[in-house]
Amino acid sequence: MENRNGLRCRECGRQFPAAPIHVCEFCFGPLEVDYRYDALKGVVTRASIEAGPPSMWRYKELLPIDGDVAVGHHVGFTPLIRAKNLADELGCREIWVKNDSVCHPTWSFKDRVVAVAVTKAREFGFDTLACASTGNLANSVAAHAAEGQLKSYIFIPADLEQGKVIATLVYNPTLVAVHGTYDEVNRLCSEIADKYRWAFVNVNFRPYYSEGSKSYGYEIVEQLGWKTPAHIVVPCAGGSLITKIWKAIKELKLLGLIDEKSSAKMYAAQALGCGPIVTMIKNDTDVLVPVRPSTIAKSLAIGNPADGYYAYKAAKESGGSGEHATDEEIVEGMLLLARTEGIFTETAGGVTVAAAKKLIERGVIPRDESIVICITGNGLKTPDSLQDRLEAHVKIKPSLSAFDRALADLKSQTS
Amino acid sequence: MAVLVRIPTPLRTLTKGSAEIQAKGETVDSLIGDLERQYPGLKDRLLDESGELRRFINIYVNQEDIRFLQAKKTALKDGDEVSIVPAIAGG
Repeated sequence: MENRNGLRCRECGRQFPAAPIHVCEFCFGPLEVDYRYDALKGVVTRASIEAGPPSMWRYKELLPIDGDVAVGHHVGFTPLIRAKNLADELGCREIWVKNDSVCHPTWSFKDRVVAVAVTKAREFGFDTLACASTGNLANSVAAHAAEGQLKSYIFIPADLEQGKVIATLVYNPTLVAVHGTYDEVNRLCSEIADKYRWAFVNVNFRPYYSEGSKSYGYEIVEQLGWKTPAHIVVPCAGGSLITKIWKAIKELKLLGLIDEKSSAKMYAAQALGCGPIVTMIKNDTDVLVPVRPSTIAKSLAIGNPADGYYAYKAAKESGGSGEHATDEEIVEGMLLLARTEGIFTETAGGVTVAAAKKLIERGVIPRDESIVICITGNGLKTPDSLQDRLEAHVKIKPSLSAFDRALADLKSQTS
Repeated sequence: MAVLVRIPTPLRTLTKGSAEIQAKGETVDSLIGDLERQYPGLKDRLLDESGELRRFINIYVNQEDIRFLQAKKTALKDGDEVSIVPAIAGG
């Protein structure tokens, strides 16, 4: 606690006590945890971090936790993979994949934010968790509620992929399917959060919750040997992740853990059918125009992203930009990553791979510089998106002669 | 036009704790004028120095974001419900 002063409005700078609140009473700006970096400098070192557990909690001093971690002890520290085959395919020297499709326990980066939010909810004495979700957050809140033995109410758009519905229900939360878009679910949840005293991870716990995403950024830098890559391509829905990765890099500089001249250009990746942040970047305006989502990348289908303005600023400030991907390009992106690196990501990952490919092909990202592609969710949750594209190559009876014939046919087709 | 306005927690210090209030207006813009008459100080919290809606506030008329309608010029009719909602995160 001596490392933090409470909360602070990101817009007007007004101070607030550390409490389950998320909005500045004066200007409606988002509240952020206010760290005392002077007290942390020299205390948090490369050595102290490297001596920590192989999870996001090796950065606990840089997260807003007062006591012990309550749930999600094994979240994070996911592989950063040198993607040589993908780099060869795209004609690049150095591509890395930060692979949160294998984040424990629910296979997306949302475990990072939820572990912080649930630990904080326990600290504030809440017995009920809640969230509005496009799927991954729902999975993670339900799982961590089960682990912490807390009640949970999960609100989702009714048309969510079946895989994500099942992967929520299995943990036995109260699941509320709302007939509407995610943005409509979110508005409803804002009103519910005002009425019921629950720990809404993405509403009244947002200042704490969102800090968990910083660990994704710290890990990229640490796993590269305490160096920043030249370029980081990040999928954007609400716009929080790209904002927090950028913040993580700035914090590591403030703390003297990386060279103060270090930087990375940040690129926002969104679907063409729901890309208001990339549209801001392309039009060079800080005014967000909300859209009605229409894309297969449902986990990114937020038409009115709360952190859109800050995501835009992260891209501009870092010297990066952004790119849209069509539904067809999203599927191609998923297949490309699977075919080259053996990694099966969900549609959001397809967006990121597709956007990175376009940025490279357009010459925006130079082929001879280091690139990190952020993969944040698992393909097994959204198999429907590939159903029409994939089928068994060979179907035979269980006899050797049948296989010989099939193999000969296959060879003649490909020769 | 008489409409019901839902007030979010951060603004309830100005409405003496009321979560729902009755107000009048032909449009969202004139509604904000009536809110200011009833609860002085409310307008400054909703609009910035140039009179535009603050960046992190969303206003909905019957559940529809007014940016999909005619923004502050959106017309109101008797019985409409107006929600003032701070921007929230998610995913």
